[in-house]
Amino acid sequence: MNMLKTFSKGGVHPSENKISANRSIEILPLPQKVSIPVSQHIGAPATILVAKGDKVKVGQIIAQSAGFVSANIHSSVSGTVESIDAVLDSSGYKRQTITITVEGDEWESSIDRTTDLKKDIQLTSQDIIKRINEAGIVGLGGATFPSHVKLSVPSGKKADVLIINGVECEPYLTSDHRLMLEKGHELMVGIQILMKALNVSKALIGIENNKPDAINYLKIIAGEYKGIEVHALKVKYPQGGEKQLIKALVNREVPSGGLPIDIGTVVHNVGTAFAVYEAVQKNKPLFERVVTVTGKILPRTANYMVRIGTSVSDLIAAAGGLPEDTGKVVNGGPMMGKALVNTDVPVTKGTSGIIVFQSKESKRKTESVCIRCAKCVSICPMGLEPYLLNKLGQQMIFDRMEQENVLDCMECGSCSFECPAHLPLLDYIRLGKAEVSKIIRSRKN
Amino acid sequence: MFNVVLALMPAFAVSLYYFGFGALIVTLLAVGSCVIFEYLIQKYILKVTPTITDGSAIVTGLLLAFNVPSNLPWYIVVFGSLFAIGVAKMSFGGLGNNPFNPALAARVFMLISFPVQMTSWPLPVASRLQYIDAVTGPTPLAILKEGLKNGETISQMSDKIPTHMQMFMGLMGGSLGEIAAFALLIGFAWLLFTKVITWHIPVSIFTTIFVFTGILWLINPEKNADPIFHLLTGGVMIGAIFMATDYVTSPMNKAGMWIFGIGIGLLTVIIRVWGSYPEGVSFAILIMNAFVPLLNRYVKPKRFGEEVKKNG
Ligand code: SF4
Ligand code: SF4
Repeated sequence: MNMLKTFSKGGVHPSENKISANRSIEILPLPQKVSIPVSQHIGAPATILVAKGDKVKVGQIIAQSAGFVSANIHSSVSGTVESIDAVLDSSGYKRQTITITVEGDEWESSIDRTTDLKKDIQLTSQDIIKRINEAGIVGLGGATFPSHVKLSVPSGKKADVLIINGVECEPYLTSDHRLMLEKGHELMVGIQILMKALNVSKALIGIENNKPDAINYLKIIAGEYKGIEVHALKVKYPQGGEKQLIKALVNREVPSGGLPIDIGTVVHNVGTAFAVYEAVQKNKPLFERVVTVTGKILPRTANYMVRIGTSVSDLIAAAGGLPEDTGKVVNGGPMMGKALVNTDVPVTKGTSGIIVFQSKESKRKTESVCIRCAKCVSICPMGLEPYLLNKLGQQMIFDRMEQENVLDCMECGSCSFECPAHLPLLDYIRLGKAEVSKIIRSRKN
Repeated sequence: MFNVVLALMPAFAVSLYYFGFGALIVTLLAVGSCVIFEYLIQKYILKVTPTITDGSAIVTGLLLAFNVPSNLPWYIVVFGSLFAIGVAKMSFGGLGNNPFNPALAARVFMLISFPVQMTSWPLPVASRLQYIDAVTGPTPLAILKEGLKNGETISQMSDKIPTHMQMFMGLMGGSLGEIAAFALLIGFAWLLFTKVITWHIPVSIFTTIFVFTGILWLINPEKNADPIFHLLTGGVMIGAIFMATDYVTSPMNKAGMWIFGIGIGLLTVIIRVWGSYPEGVSFAILIMNAFVPLLNRYVKPKRFGEEVKKNG
């Protein structure tokens, strides 16, 4: 029997619920206005370049990267800047946001709008990274780490393999799946561009075995591109975690507190690789992305190509509107995503899916006491002890939490998912992580 | 917890077959009083919402009954239940907080307080219809201890000791639920199948006892019983499968579980061979229970990315 690769420590298997897997990517009609936050990435918010009343075009830069770990922001529509305000975003924080009234659909002339596949990569490694930086590309898997930073390998370190994350292990989400099926060639060219930027000769695409169509298709076309291998992986959450994926594909472990580059690897999401193709070959900045809109109670589920800044309520309206007994709307996957306080928040570069849950599905089960069953310990993919971190978090013993490696927690939510006592373990662990980071920062100052 | 109750049913059926009335009365008494004490203590003394529906008191009651002779007077059973629930469990804050397995703690407490009643073992089958006036006889471990003390060799005792097959089927004196290895192993299989427990603790206990007693047996088979004898007698099976694996009082990760299991195995053999009391599993588990907080504190699961850090 052919054993599928996977990571070795921990992991759970939530029901997959990929109900939108067969829905081709549709272009969402232009909204009437968009709200584009200037901080859609990890790192410093971008500096605003436009003022109220300015006319902008599709693809025009409207906020400029403010530092190395930051990313440019482009307008996703053409129209007039209506306001610049601090507005609530999907994570519940107020962020500087540029709101634009849509007028027509006029694109920057430099963008190649044809659908021709451009295979030739003309730019040099340096220029590729520069172009990616200019295009405002960030990790589209949800982590939103600026992509040019990952590609700028620090001196003394070297990448020998590029890993492409097509795992999509979160239940419900299908945007990467559709992208792999429908934009396979673009994706492959994007990967070749990334390989050139990193100067590596090998790229591995990891895809979970619940997407056999994508695996087969990419395996077939991979033959046309040098150095790209497609690997089917066992279905196990959280295999899409960067560290778990590297472990699964090349059996290397990123050291605690370290980065993939420390062990010669760089990981990019399939969505990111596609955006890289468009940026480098078509001169198109990142201003739209595929978003899955799904939920068992929605009249129709879909994968939409959405302009950044479109409100979640517009998206849900396209899928038939919020059903009556909606319990909660989650931004992201059900395991790691966050419930939205309201649906007036914009889609950002990190939005991979919007899931609508029925009130029945979204009720938290009643908590009981920890019976010390050790299930959370055995499933934690990082080898942590969630029951202990939870207890220490409740008692606010942060120095001990630091010793217990709370910062290694990838917030995958497996522990809360598995706990038979229904303890919301991750809540206190997140709190602990925030506090411990604060303590470490203050120690450095 | 329901699966644990289910896993104990084969052993219960066997105990009914061998010990009849006595087993029924003692089991019902223990389960009933454990549940009632838990309810009363939570409701009237601790003034919290009773949690008897979690089933943990039923399990404690069953295990307590399974660990005593089937002719144990009713007041000792009730007294033991009160100790198990009131002292060993609730005084530490209830489920999840007790350091010692309640049924075991109660067993040892009863053994100290009522040594005579706690060590008069009804003979299987013969005592089916009796509760109090059962026909009693020694357990294989007691025969062995007594014989060795009187200078007999194992081959001289062979006609007094049941065969391995008889022991495997439970045809020997002992506590009402601990005797039939096959029934307990069925329960073990069920617990593994339903993923209630992992194999680590029972297997490390069995292996340690087997290896340790095997070495002693190879050194001198006339003075030391063979390893299979040790595995099949006394509370090894029920202890390793049902009591050492108690979530609350066992370590939280695999490495800790191994140390815990090996510790229980070693202590069991040491107590049996060199101690003054023929049986050792209960004490061994309780002693290792005491080390669990220490194990949890210093024996950590393997962290992701930990080894690389050391090498790099
Ligand atoms: S502790 Fe963190 S890494 Fe471990 S299972 Fe819980 S959320 Fe995942
Ligand atoms: S899974 Fe829940 S009940 Fe089990 S040890 Fe962890 S926190 Fe406790």
